[in-house]
Amino acid sequence: MSLARHIDPDDLIHHLQDLPIPSESSTHLTPFSTPYASQRDIPKYTIPQDGAPGDTVYEMIHDELDLDGRTNLNLASFVNTYAEENARKLMAENMSKNLADNDEYPAMLSISERCVSILANLWGADSKREKAIGSPTVGSSEAIHLGGLAMKRRWQERRKAEGKDVSKPNIIMGANAQVALLKFARYFEVEARVLPVSEKSKGRLDPEKVRENVDENTIGVFVIMGSTYTGHYEPVEEIAKILDGIEKEKGWDVPIHVDAASGGFVAPFTHAGAGGPKWNFELPRVKSINASGHKYGLVTAGVGWIIWRDETYLPKDLIFELHYLGGVEQSYTLNFSRPGAQVIVQYYNLIHLGFNGYREIMENCLANARVLSKSLEGTGWYTCVSEIHHPIAPPKTETDTSANYVAGLPVVAFRLTDEFKRKYPHIKQETISLMMRARQWIIPNYALPPDENETVILRVVIRESMSFDLLDELITDLIHVTETLMDHDEVDLSIFHKMRRKGTKKTKHDHHKEKKGSEEGKRLGEGIHRSVC
Amino acid sequence: MVHLSTIPDEDEVNNKLVEGLKKAHLQLVNDEDSFTTSVYGSKFAARDLPKHEMPEQEMPKEVAYRMIKDELSLDGNPMLNLASFVTTYMEEEAEKLMAESFSKNFIDYEEYPQSADIQNRCVSMIGKLFNAPAGIDDSLGAIGTSCVGSSEAIMLAVLAMKKRWKNKRLAEGKPVDRPNIVMSSAVQVCWEKAARYFEVEEKYCYVTDDRYVIDPEETVNLVDENTIGICAIMGTTYTGEYEDVKAVNDLLTKKGLSTPIHVDAASGGFVAPFVVPDLEWDFRLEHVVSINVSGHKYGLVYPGVGWVVWRSAKFLPQELVFNINYLGADQASFTLNFSKGASQVIGQYYQLIRLGKHGYRAIMSNLTRTANYLSDSLEAQGFIIMSKKNGDGLPLVAFRLPHKEDRNYDEFALAHQLRVRGWVVPAYTMAPKTDNLKMLRVVVREDFTRNRCDSLITDIKLSQAVLEQMDKESIKKQQEFINKHHVSSGKSTHNHPKYRVRNLRSCDAFAFYVCPRIKMLTASHRRKNIPFRERPARLTLYANERREHKRAVSIDMPRTGGVDRSVVETHKVGVEKKASLSVELPGGQKLLTLRIACPS
Repeated sequence: MSLARHIDPDDLIHHLQDLPIPSESSTHLTPFSTPYASQRDIPKYTIPQDGAPGDTVYEMIHDELDLDGRTNLNLASFVNTYAEENARKLMAENMSKNLADNDEYPAMLSISERCVSILANLWGADSKREKAIGSPTVGSSEAIHLGGLAMKRRWQERRKAEGKDVSKPNIIMGANAQVALLKFARYFEVEARVLPVSEKSKGRLDPEKVRENVDENTIGVFVIMGSTYTGHYEPVEEIAKILDGIEKEKGWDVPIHVDAASGGFVAPFTHAGAGGPKWNFELPRVKSINASGHKYGLVTAGVGWIIWRDETYLPKDLIFELHYLGGVEQSYTLNFSRPGAQVIVQYYNLIHLGFNGYREIMENCLANARVLSKSLEGTGWYTCVSEIHHPIAPPKTETDTSANYVAGLPVVAFRLTDEFKRKYPHIKQETISLMMRARQWIIPNYALPPDENETVILRVVIRESMSFDLLDELITDLIHVTETLMDHDEVDLSIFHKMRRKGTKKTKHDHHKEKKGSEEGKRLGEGIHRSVC
Repeated sequence: MVHLSTIPDEDEVNNKLVEGLKKAHLQLVNDEDSFTTSVYGSKFAARDLPKHEMPEQEMPKEVAYRMIKDELSLDGNPMLNLASFVTTYMEEEAEKLMAESFSKNFIDYEEYPQSADIQNRCVSMIGKLFNAPAGIDDSLGAIGTSCVGSSEAIMLAVLAMKKRWKNKRLAEGKPVDRPNIVMSSAVQVCWEKAARYFEVEEKYCYVTDDRYVIDPEETVNLVDENTIGICAIMGTTYTGEYEDVKAVNDLLTKKGLSTPIHVDAASGGFVAPFVVPDLEWDFRLEHVVSINVSGHKYGLVYPGVGWVVWRSAKFLPQELVFNINYLGADQASFTLNFSKGASQVIGQYYQLIRLGKHGYRAIMSNLTRTANYLSDSLEAQGFIIMSKKNGDGLPLVAFRLPHKEDRNYDEFALAHQLRVRGWVVPAYTMAPKTDNLKMLRVVVREDFTRNRCDSLITDIKLSQAVLEQMDKESIKKQQEFINKHHVSSGKSTHNHPKYRVRNLRSCDAFAFYVCPRIKMLTASHRRKNIPFRERPARLTLYANERREHKRAVSIDMPRTGGVDRSVVETHKVGVEKKASLSVELPGGQKLLTLRIACPS
């Protein structure tokens, strides 16, 4: 029997009363009765000498974050913002788990392996003939770096085996490419051959231009499934055929990496598919595919996926075998310790929604996008650059599904009609974007990629959480804003052109006015991310 | 008083029973689940969870949640994981803040300006903690960014050093094809990764069996004109020791070299400034150009945040910075990742202002005390302590068994024995060229209290006692069992050339190795890119030359994760001196059959 000493509470209290009470007591009634509520500024640039109670700090930061935008009204971003209650619960429960620690969290590892397997099957990997291999990443950027690096290394190995020069690798992509693709080229020292896109090519990579630009130093072609500008899918199959022809003719085996950051979770589910032609591992030339789990994969920010069609396409010297935390593991990532909760939620979504669940959601998104496009064009003021609302003739099905329309991402890119611009030359699209912001909607105003940059578009991304009701409100507000602008004269509106928010000092439009040659260098050379100390 | 009851006669009993039996037929539920189905009553509980292909139909959310949650209960208990530096405890308020921010995309500055501002504040606080010089004019101040972790931070730092070196060399008209980086052989794997992915040659300063950190003299001697920089570690992964950054810095100054130093303070960055504030390792030293630190280690945030700070903007070449017009606003960034959650950055800010210097110092002091206590206790138990005490290194204890001929067990066996009690205490083989020194390591984290430390000490004692009692044979058996069945611990390759039996297919495709000690035959691919169809799918080992099916063991070659190694256990069939081996291709077609000599 263990002994316990009796404590005399009176004695204890008496003893404690003798202790001096600190001048600035840390006891308080509510977070708002502490000095941080009014007398003292919350520390911003140096770590304070003394801490503060947890609930106070929580309340201060929580309130400060109210100044962030509303996630659901942000129509600019593809990144998913809605998570089911259960998904959120799973995330909170697993917040402290480290995805890199396979030895300690074997169940999480197995879940991540299942996701890879499910996605490989979804994207047409042939498990009988080849062994697909893949990895979760933090996002599509990491996935693209990994995919590109594998292509570069394969090319280097091949060239070295042939005894040829390996100093001038290049990679081909369209001018509509997301910045991560350019980043890859810059950081891994590969020449980026950014091919101009045009209205003729529907803002997509032009297969003919690919043919002209491929040479023996081309490590691969990035093809984008779902251009971020207009939501168009790039013609993967057509490009693959051209590359097949080149291989036959000249013997250059140029692989394709499909950047399906947004489309990877849309095209496989919708009735429209990728609009007929193939885009995934069914094409032998497609060696790797990446997608963002946090876009239409319906997970919140922090997960992407990359899959190679067979392990032979992943050079062995890039794989690291590490003896970490007591176990042996193999990895090919740029990040190491990182949260694993998003991967768990990805698995939750995959098995909770199933194929049908994803299909319903994607069809809903596309249907809403069509309603928005048609309403905008119905006003006569706007015209859409995106084409998902264009019916194809003859319709494929009797029911009104996406199969009867041009395939693409649920994105509506629109601009003022030429007629409207003639009639009201003082109304700028940017003003519409600004006025919508006053109603809390965020609709960005972009210039299309170089060569097309005279066209400026407003873009709305329809995500899962954009319900029909909300869409109705959006259309009403857009029409209301446009009407207000039409009713006002030039002088009134000039104020808006001067009013710009912090952080929007320059738009892409301005950049691309510079001459093409110096354009890229200028854009990349300028500015620097500063956090002043 | 008890109720009276009549006793049924025999007929009555029999009749009723028989009638009842006839009527009773099974009525198992076979209908579709309705929404009232309970989780464990649903059809999903009786089925395997989808593993390789998406299910056609939906699954109710409660069911999916519960199934995944149950599955995850097989994960280890983060609290007992003494292998990792990564934070496993945060206050409830911090958790709440982080959970509220799950759906925020950190990179979306335009939409979440406040989260971005919070990052800037953290960078500033951390920069000041490392004594970053304040800028005189706009272009000279320190700059920094948040990352997913130290890996990303290190890659960015290496990129920046490489680019600066390259620009300088190009300006001088010199060749730029052979950059190298000088570092300790005890670096974390991400340094090797960074070097290999960005094509920089690694130059190692090897640690020895009595010195676990770099030797400043030797390090500086490795520097040549192609050296892009030196990496110094504040807290090595093995023993937690701080490397002598000041000595390296002073030697560089003495020699008149301008080689930059990057300090990898992944673990030490939040310890040293609080425990040993006078130690000069940071921007106080002129050659230190950049420092990285993991927020999710001693920064006390859940995984997913790291920081990198450069002394001044000029150490970050402009062409690496991307100016992006994303989501409607121009942003400059230098990251490898793009979209990611904002929670961890917010969590970091919470910790910084919640704890203050005082709070961090209190926690780090406690950890140092606990580490001292554990270190002393283990030393008293006869272990050899390899880590430093009293804040001369990270709060971790690295220890090994003393060299003794007659002991049957090693550090790995002890680690396994501790796992039985739930403790994850990793056993390592030290960095190369240390004579295969084995060691155990305990990381003292915030939630490792003195009380828990006592439980660990008791369990180490008990485990040793158990191992002492076991004879050599059973330990070996146990070891084999671990090798075979454990997920990842203790795997090793036995490809010593002495045991090489024969190379097949004119040496190019794969090789077999027999390791007689543990009676295994290992087959592995040697060439890197063998087309899939040419790879063997199945190995069959026959006990003798006659190839009897009765005495044969087959194994499918694994085809996952880049592992092309397969192991056939020869003792299963009791191999004779001359055995034979058959190799099949995926379609079942025999590639070859050959006789092999098995060493006894």
